[in-house]
Amino acid sequence: MAAAPKRPFRWHIGIFLAPAVLVYTAIMILPLAGTLQLSLFRNIDQSQVFVGLENFRTLFGDPNWSVNFWNALRNNVWFFVIHMLVQNPIGVMLAALLSSPKLRFAAFYRTAIFVPTILSFVIVGFAWKLILSPLWGVAPNLMDLVGLKSLFTPWLGKEEYALTTLSLISVWQFVGIPMMLIYAALLSIPEEVIEAAECDGITGMSQFWKIKLPLILPSIGIISILTFVGNFNAFDLIYTAQGALAGPNYSTDILGTFLYRAFFGFQLQVGDPNMGAAIATMMFLIILGGVCVYLFLVQTRLRRYQF
Amino acid sequence: MTTKLLTALLLGTSILGSAGVAYAADVTLNIESWRGDDLAIWKDKLIPAFEAKNPGIKVVFAPSAPTEYDAALGAKLAAGSAGDLITCRPFDKSLELYKKGNLADLSSLPGMENFSDVAKAAWQTDDGKASFCVPMASVIHGFIYNKDAFDKLGIKVPETRDEFFAALDKIKADGTYIPMAMGTKDLWEAATMGYQNIGPNYWKGEEGRAALIKGEQKLTDKDWVAPYEELAKWKPYLGDGFEAQTYPDSQNLFTLGRAAIYPAGSWEIGLFNTQAQFKMGAFPPPVEKAGDTCYISDHTDIGMGLNAASKNADAAKTFLSWVASPDFAAIYANALPGFFSLNNTPVKMEDPLAQEFVSWRGKCKSTIRSTYQILSRGTPNLENETWVESANVINGTDTPEAAAKKLQDGLDSWYKPAK
Repeated sequence: MAAAPKRPFRWHIGIFLAPAVLVYTAIMILPLAGTLQLSLFRNIDQSQVFVGLENFRTLFGDPNWSVNFWNALRNNVWFFVIHMLVQNPIGVMLAALLSSPKLRFAAFYRTAIFVPTILSFVIVGFAWKLILSPLWGVAPNLMDLVGLKSLFTPWLGKEEYALTTLSLISVWQFVGIPMMLIYAALLSIPEEVIEAAECDGITGMSQFWKIKLPLILPSIGIISILTFVGNFNAFDLIYTAQGALAGPNYSTDILGTFLYRAFFGFQLQVGDPNMGAAIATMMFLIILGGVCVYLFLVQTRLRRYQF
Repeated sequence: MTTKLLTALLLGTSILGSAGVAYAADVTLNIESWRGDDLAIWKDKLIPAFEAKNPGIKVVFAPSAPTEYDAALGAKLAAGSAGDLITCRPFDKSLELYKKGNLADLSSLPGMENFSDVAKAAWQTDDGKASFCVPMASVIHGFIYNKDAFDKLGIKVPETRDEFFAALDKIKADGTYIPMAMGTKDLWEAATMGYQNIGPNYWKGEEGRAALIKGEQKLTDKDWVAPYEELAKWKPYLGDGFEAQTYPDSQNLFTLGRAAIYPAGSWEIGLFNTQAQFKMGAFPPPVEKAGDTCYISDHTDIGMGLNAASKNADAAKTFLSWVASPDFAAIYANALPGFFSLNNTPVKMEDPLAQEFVSWRGKCKSTIRSTYQILSRGTPNLENETWVESANVINGTDTPEAAAKKLQDGLDSWYKPAK
């Protein structure tokens, strides 16, 4: 045989990649680039003028903007903290219970807990507003039945409770997702490992802590990052339950609602797409930063087990 | 074969059909609006009345959702596909359209002389030289009360503030009814039905509003803080858990007969008439002592302008002149009780509650909401901040003085009154 012919350019790779790349570029990359670009311009006398980082200077330097921004960021962090402290541990716990072979009706519980996840935010926001309503809600009556009526307050209307209440509503809605992911991870742990543990006398709780938990840590990492991205992009629940002004007294204002008001305007406030884009850019950078920290600092150190 | 025949037939009908349209409708005018609720009234009453008088002009009412209206209209205007007639929001939103050249100048339109300067102010340039929308309707603030409840408890309709609070005390002591149906959850109730409702009596309507715009008065002045002090006193008379009570909650509380007084805007009349099973009455915001001049918020809310790019400008102007006529006012005000015509010719209305509201125009002085003209142009937005602070005052999380100071500081940060 003569020398191998020169390999032809492999067009098929490009062609196979093209549909996904084109669609992703058109609906993700271009709008993102557009947003970044918009944040560097300003509308002066009905025309867009390039102003460099002026919009960001306004956002952080002008107290009318910066106070709202830091307030929204602080609220957003709290929103995330509640999810991490409540949603994910409960998700892991539910998954551990579900994967126990002794549990009856596991399929039913799994479905019931997962159902709120597929409900629309509008339905969830509205339903909880009704449940917690001091006038017609079932919450005051139910609490009365167990003699805890005195603990009831109009949670969604109080500055000090509103954000936590909304975070917990969101937890209720989304607890199914960590549960499902962890459940899948638990099921994929090979029987041999469990049997080996049992031979060594590790059963029950200690089996969960010493064998299963380390094996599902990568899944927990993924869930944390999904929660982070989801929470810093959140908007719908606050908007449907509290409105765009995120009352009372901006106590439930998160970056999403702050962006909405700036970009689209609200009532008499005329929308300012450029400032809106500046806020959107900050959200993008915060999320990007968080994801990078996870990818480079956390994920590389997680130990993986190959079976 | 059959396919061909069918195609030919379809083709034939489509040509004939379009020819028919072209023949019958010389000019078709499209109306852009956010008032989807009014579709039936336009289709069944207003448009037929106009078309009967003006053969050759067809009118189509094409509303979009209120929350989408401004964005959709902006996009349509930019693309050149917007309708000939544009329903105008009051003040800056429409002024901006006029400045961009989207709305035509209507100062010389026949029929504009039927409106007072206050009525036209919402759709004029700041110097008042050019008008660009025909005023259609305003809404009036006041209190609607449950007449049966008042009769049962032997309460007289309050005229002064002392009588008002005495009435509230009596209702509260009796315990059958929640004295006042209002919540702070949606924020705007506190500002619009609260602050802007009772405020004009303190700041003397137009006088105070103009002084505020000129910079002669400040929101921290006594006349502007006093309404907040009164609002703070409302708290004990609101229902349990009013902090989480939404606007529809308040409406239901009142129409179900569980609350005695409802701080209202006249737009509620239509809904309340169909839902409430008891007799209702209305009274204007109480004054300090009997005989004082009373001031009411008679807020210009809706107007109609001409798309500057319209190809049917003449027909559209004919329509707008009709909108400015007493004929239109009579049909509109009766079809939508609670939306009052701004026309100088008094309109005869059938609805007793609407009559009660509009009768205040005779004995009180009218003004518009203080935050709407000029003062809500910057960041922070005075109207939005007023919502938040009014709710804070009623919730007790801010004192009246602190709330007023926050509002004035926000305003000072961007607004420099012309000296």
